[in-house]
Amino acid sequence: MVIYGVALLAFCMLTGVFLGDLLGQLIGVQANVGGVGLSMLLLIVLVNQKHPRFNISVPTEKGINFWNAMYVPIVVAMAAKQNVVEALSSGWLAITAGIAAVAAGFLLIPLIARLSPGQHNDR
Amino acid sequence: MIGETFIRVLEGNTLIVAFAVIGALVWFSYFLSAKLTRGKLHGSAIAIVGGLLLAYYGGIRTDGSMGLADIPLFAGLGIMGGAMFRDFAIIATAYGVRFDELKKAGLIGAISVIIGVVVSFSVGAIVAYAFGYRDAVAISTIGAGAATYIVGPVTGTALGADSSVIALSVAAGLVKSVLVMIATPLLAGRVGLDNPNSAMIYGGLMGTTSGVAAGLAATDPKLVPYGAMTATFYTGVGCLLAPSLLFLIVLAVIGN
Repeated sequence: MVIYGVALLAFCMLTGVFLGDLLGQLIGVQANVGGVGLSMLLLIVLVNQKHPRFNISVPTEKGINFWNAMYVPIVVAMAAKQNVVEALSSGWLAITAGIAAVAAGFLLIPLIARLSPGQHNDR
Repeated sequence: MIGETFIRVLEGNTLIVAFAVIGALVWFSYFLSAKLTRGKLHGSAIAIVGGLLLAYYGGIRTDGSMGLADIPLFAGLGIMGGAMFRDFAIIATAYGVRFDELKKAGLIGAISVIIGVVVSFSVGAIVAYAFGYRDAVAISTIGAGAATYIVGPVTGTALGADSSVIALSVAAGLVKSVLVMIATPLLAGRVGLDNPNSAMIYGGLMGTTSGVAAGLAATDPKLVPYGAMTATFYTGVGCLLAPSLLFLIVLAVIGN
């Protein structure tokens, strides 16, 4: 059933975010550490189970894929609720710092990619 | 009477209004993408820029901090585009991820998170210094803001920074996240952002979950889970390093 897929996602998210919160408290920071990343890992591990009692049926898959497909629209809605006015009216210090950080990040992508093993297979 | 009823129905169902509005915006964006750019500029890239423009309009109209979602009729955008649905959808994108890709790029992804935090912090700190800040607390807070708009205030609060400096750090993080959304589809080809490996590095270097989420959606949705995976660790690592090790380094360099 479709709800099984949605519930599986919900289970993964609640578990992952819970673990991320605990991890944050454990290392003493006021933030969730990788909760969403842990949820994703959990989902990947669960759906790759080979156990015969646990197989993802087509309707279950639909429940997951619906949210997968809703990703772009949700991100568009997220863009529409950003505090763009504050970002633009915050003065040159904030704008310069933001631009410089993004520029540095983009410059580093090819450099770090070159360091990674087996990279030539991907190109 | 008809008009009043219509508005009342819309204001009573704001999340549904958000679905309809975003659907129309996405449709119009793909129409523009096909007609004006012949598909060269991704429809979702145009939709995200359209969303940011609407957010700007909402901010000007209401003086609020939630973009278009501050207009009561469009309040549903706050739910649809909020962290809860965003994270839920990001997790769903992991369905179909190839585990070996993830494993192959895992170490380099983790390294890039640390490099990303250190580099963003350093760049932000240098800019703060260039703008005349000379105390280590303010410089570190602004540097942390250049990581993400969560790391900035967390660091500033921990170090006891001035509230105006904390506001600046949030603004720097906001600029970064908006810029990542817009720049990613434009620069992706040049920096080789076209495979899971570079997507994980990109997520780790940029770190702003919303920026990375939107940037990859506008570039190639297949890369979303890889970039999002590393980006979600970034804020935590930033909150760990910025008020501690990185602050101490700034203190040692500046001297007060």
